[in-house]
Amino acid sequence: MQPRYDSCVNWLQLADCRPILSFDFHSSITQTFTFLKRRDFVGLTGLATGAMFLPSVPGFGGELIDPARLLEQVDPAIKKRLADSALNAAKSAGATYADVRIGRYLNQSIFTREKQVQNIANGESYGAGIRVIANGTWGFAATNTVTEAGMAKAAQLAVQIAKANSKVQKEPVKLAPQKGYGEVTWKTPIQVNAFEVPIKDKVDLLLAANAKALDNGANFVNSALFQINEQKYFASTDGSYIDQDIHRIWPTLGVTAIDRASGKFRTREALSSPMGMGYEYMQPKAQDKIAGPAGTGLVGYKYSYDMLEDATLAAKQAKEKITAKSVTPGKYDLVLDPNHLGLTIHESIGHATELDRVLGYEANYAGTSFATQEWKAKNQPYGSKLVNIIADKTQPGSLGAVGYDDEGVKTKQWDIIKDGKLVDYQKIRDQAHIVGQNESDGCCYSQSWEDVQFQRMANISLKPGTEKMSVDQMISNVDKGIYIAGRGSFSIDQQRYNSQFGGTVFYAIEKGKIAGMLEDVAYQTNTVEFWNSCSAICDQSDYRLFGSFFDGKGQPPQVSAVSHGSSTTRFNAVNVINTARKIG
Amino acid sequence: MAILSKDESQAILKKVVGFTTADECQATLQGRTSGNVRYARNSVSTAGAADNVSLVVEARFGKRAGVATCNQFDDATLRRCVQRAEEIARLAPEDPEYMPLLGPQQYLTPVSYAASTAAITPDFRAQAAGDSIALCTAKQLTGAGYLEDGASFLALRNNKGLEAYQQSTTLDFSVTVRTPDGTGSGYAVADFTDVSKFNAKALTQIAADKAAGSRNAKALEPGKYTVILEPAALVSDEGLLNNLVYNFGAREADEGRSFLSKKGGGNRTGEKLFDPRITIYSDPLNPQAPGGVFDGEGLPVKRMNWVEKGVVKNLYYTRYWAQKTGKQPTAFSGNFIMEGGTQSVQDLIKSTAKGILVTRLWYIRDVDPQTLLFTGLTRDGTFYIENGKIKHPVKNFRFNESPVIMLNNIEAIGKPVRLGGNLVPPLKIRDFTFTSLSDAV
Repeated sequence: MQPRYDSCVNWLQLADCRPILSFDFHSSITQTFTFLKRRDFVGLTGLATGAMFLPSVPGFGGELIDPARLLEQVDPAIKKRLADSALNAAKSAGATYADVRIGRYLNQSIFTREKQVQNIANGESYGAGIRVIANGTWGFAATNTVTEAGMAKAAQLAVQIAKANSKVQKEPVKLAPQKGYGEVTWKTPIQVNAFEVPIKDKVDLLLAANAKALDNGANFVNSALFQINEQKYFASTDGSYIDQDIHRIWPTLGVTAIDRASGKFRTREALSSPMGMGYEYMQPKAQDKIAGPAGTGLVGYKYSYDMLEDATLAAKQAKEKITAKSVTPGKYDLVLDPNHLGLTIHESIGHATELDRVLGYEANYAGTSFATQEWKAKNQPYGSKLVNIIADKTQPGSLGAVGYDDEGVKTKQWDIIKDGKLVDYQKIRDQAHIVGQNESDGCCYSQSWEDVQFQRMANISLKPGTEKMSVDQMISNVDKGIYIAGRGSFSIDQQRYNSQFGGTVFYAIEKGKIAGMLEDVAYQTNTVEFWNSCSAICDQSDYRLFGSFFDGKGQPPQVSAVSHGSSTTRFNAVNVINTARKIG
Repeated sequence: MAILSKDESQAILKKVVGFTTADECQATLQGRTSGNVRYARNSVSTAGAADNVSLVVEARFGKRAGVATCNQFDDATLRRCVQRAEEIARLAPEDPEYMPLLGPQQYLTPVSYAASTAAITPDFRAQAAGDSIALCTAKQLTGAGYLEDGASFLALRNNKGLEAYQQSTTLDFSVTVRTPDGTGSGYAVADFTDVSKFNAKALTQIAADKAAGSRNAKALEPGKYTVILEPAALVSDEGLLNNLVYNFGAREADEGRSFLSKKGGGNRTGEKLFDPRITIYSDPLNPQAPGGVFDGEGLPVKRMNWVEKGVVKNLYYTRYWAQKTGKQPTAFSGNFIMEGGTQSVQDLIKSTAKGILVTRLWYIRDVDPQTLLFTGLTRDGTFYIENGKIKHPVKNFRFNESPVIMLNNIEAIGKPVRLGGNLVPPLKIRDFTFTSLSDAV
């Protein structure tokens, strides 16, 4: 979480920014960067302050560089030599275990509003982090002097820190055994490297999307494209030398309509998702489009996004939201689109089943979890029998997919909830023994070479229903309900019981049919009651990934990116509140 | 090398600006040396340190601007950095919101730096964590906390004669203490410019007392209650007051997409939107909560009222928006001061017949920007007050409330304390809206 972090981070809206951030920025920007203190960037104007701000956004740090350098790679043979110098230095200094991460973290971000480009930034951060165990205690040091001497010095410092910390250590670190893989490689299976696409083409696409929104009645539109490439080399005293090339991409937009006479304004967010893909995600394909419920005009996107189409619909829907009927509070059957449900899964299952939270390591910040080992031992249902939740680090196209995690463990897929029962947690090498297991789940991650790796959320996804069911069939069975799509306001307590979620578009369902747009909708639930009210799940053909690009955790906070797959799902008799208020 | 003096940093910046052939050039040098220690389950979990200085150069040809950065300061690197900014500027589109760089400015000089804080060592941090842990262990409670301190400087210079420099120090500490059975939890948080005011034990004691006192919480029905919100409930975790202050942008208001937008156009400056006891202002010279004296463009931060006796007095105008609308630009200082009275939280409790004391609000998110409605939950110490005394702990609530409504329902305003770099009083509010219960402890 939070804190602001926690959690999650939802990039709700890009509002006015010049060039990156200013006062004019809608508050939801803070929800994108929730791990930052907003006071640090409110009021930033000017390109230079944007440049000062970006490095404080994890994943968007580093020095600004010429875009041509984004295509360079470092020779693995050189990285192996450097890594060996660090591993040897650590062992000579007394480490019983050591791992090295040599990382080149590249990013490009483009921000636009209406007819103008606000900022384009290309960043690079290169360095190495060395983690050791000495006297049974962890130590970590990082350096941007990536030479044999620089690495050896950092390794010695890490050992020194470990030995100093061992004086207050109560129990020695116990690592689950891990075999060495020798020299191996893994790459995100991309078709088009986003960093090879000319910036002009990307700017043209964003401005074309803005134009579609303005042509269709929007008063304001902001759009952005984030691209990340992690070139990570991992080596450990277990005998692994792992070279990985990871790509992620996220296009997003926010379209605002205003009614001056009434003073009302409404924003409709993009229905895109951040993905572990290349620029092919930006090239729309018919087979990736799933029609939303009849009567909504909505389109869901699987492995490619039609930004122009979504901008057009967003403008129409933003206008429609201004005059939409305000919801009558009460119990409704909810039909939740994957692009909305992903965040609910993230908050109420993803975070609740992270073992470090369960154990209390995040007590001061993100919080703990209701799903303790004692709770699990009672074998009570987390959800209805339909609820099957998979943790995964391998699914193609997902943000969490890597070949090996940041402590050299080959990734896998495992069950978290089976037939409604909690069966496992998310854990890494030094946690496995605490729950009586002898292998890591492979979900260790660090946002950069200079931060220490720790347990982060795997992709946490809801399995589709086994019986054939489309969203229209699902809705036809609902007498009084609400259909929700997209990201909205979200909040959950520090033990993950009580949550409140909004969305970006809401439709009334009456007697099996979509019956017009609603506004001011949020649902308040208790995690276990909510998942136990799950009564139907659409089949595989409706399955899509939702993503969180900037999920935050830890002190000092780090971000990670994670996907949540699901099909449209029904929940019965959920408490819906009306969020409209009157002021002054 | 992180903390450069005014002369050292301006010497580098002078060189940088001298290398340019652009029409306009502004260079920013910033540095920070910081350290941290984190603990949980009564044991130190991580400790770290960072030391970095970086330079940002912005070059402009006409309305075209480019930016480059570097973190080494030999002549060759500086020259390359300037050249790169110039190359990018030549390729950039014209900026329709171009504003010329500022000329020489006058800045305030607050005491925002304490040598004692800049001199903190890893041993000091370990000792603070150790003291906190020892107190928890002795009381058979479980502590988790985080201490981060740092010294920073920020220097600006351009080829129009602007020169700016400020250094600052901060120490942030927070601790959550829980009972081993997980039925009680308490929290304390504080921040300082000068470390000599910091006492890890005293803060841990507060959190420990709240943890022990919050066991066996009783459930109250959700609804509207009189609440006493401690300062941490107002500004910790980006709270309701920070969010109010952040939403004082003139442009969004004028564009029609802010709670300060006026029906039919324009903004609500001059309107009385809050209780007449509410005054919120910026003052970089405040000795308890000193602020930044210039923004990223070098615009001076001055003493400025945002809300005066309940009336919206000023909004934040960027230089571009000020010029477009014929107003004065108003720099954001990064912190704020809310006026209060003399009563402590204890005094506020004494004068309360029935109410709820809130230690902390959590996971605060905007629900509707139209009304500034926010949601979130109470956490780490929520108590029922009856006849001027704390009666018993209560289960945590979810709230849905707007700071605009809240600051019209004022019962009493206590004595401001520093938190998050701001000065914030505890507030007693009537009809605060709790919408559901949470089992979270």
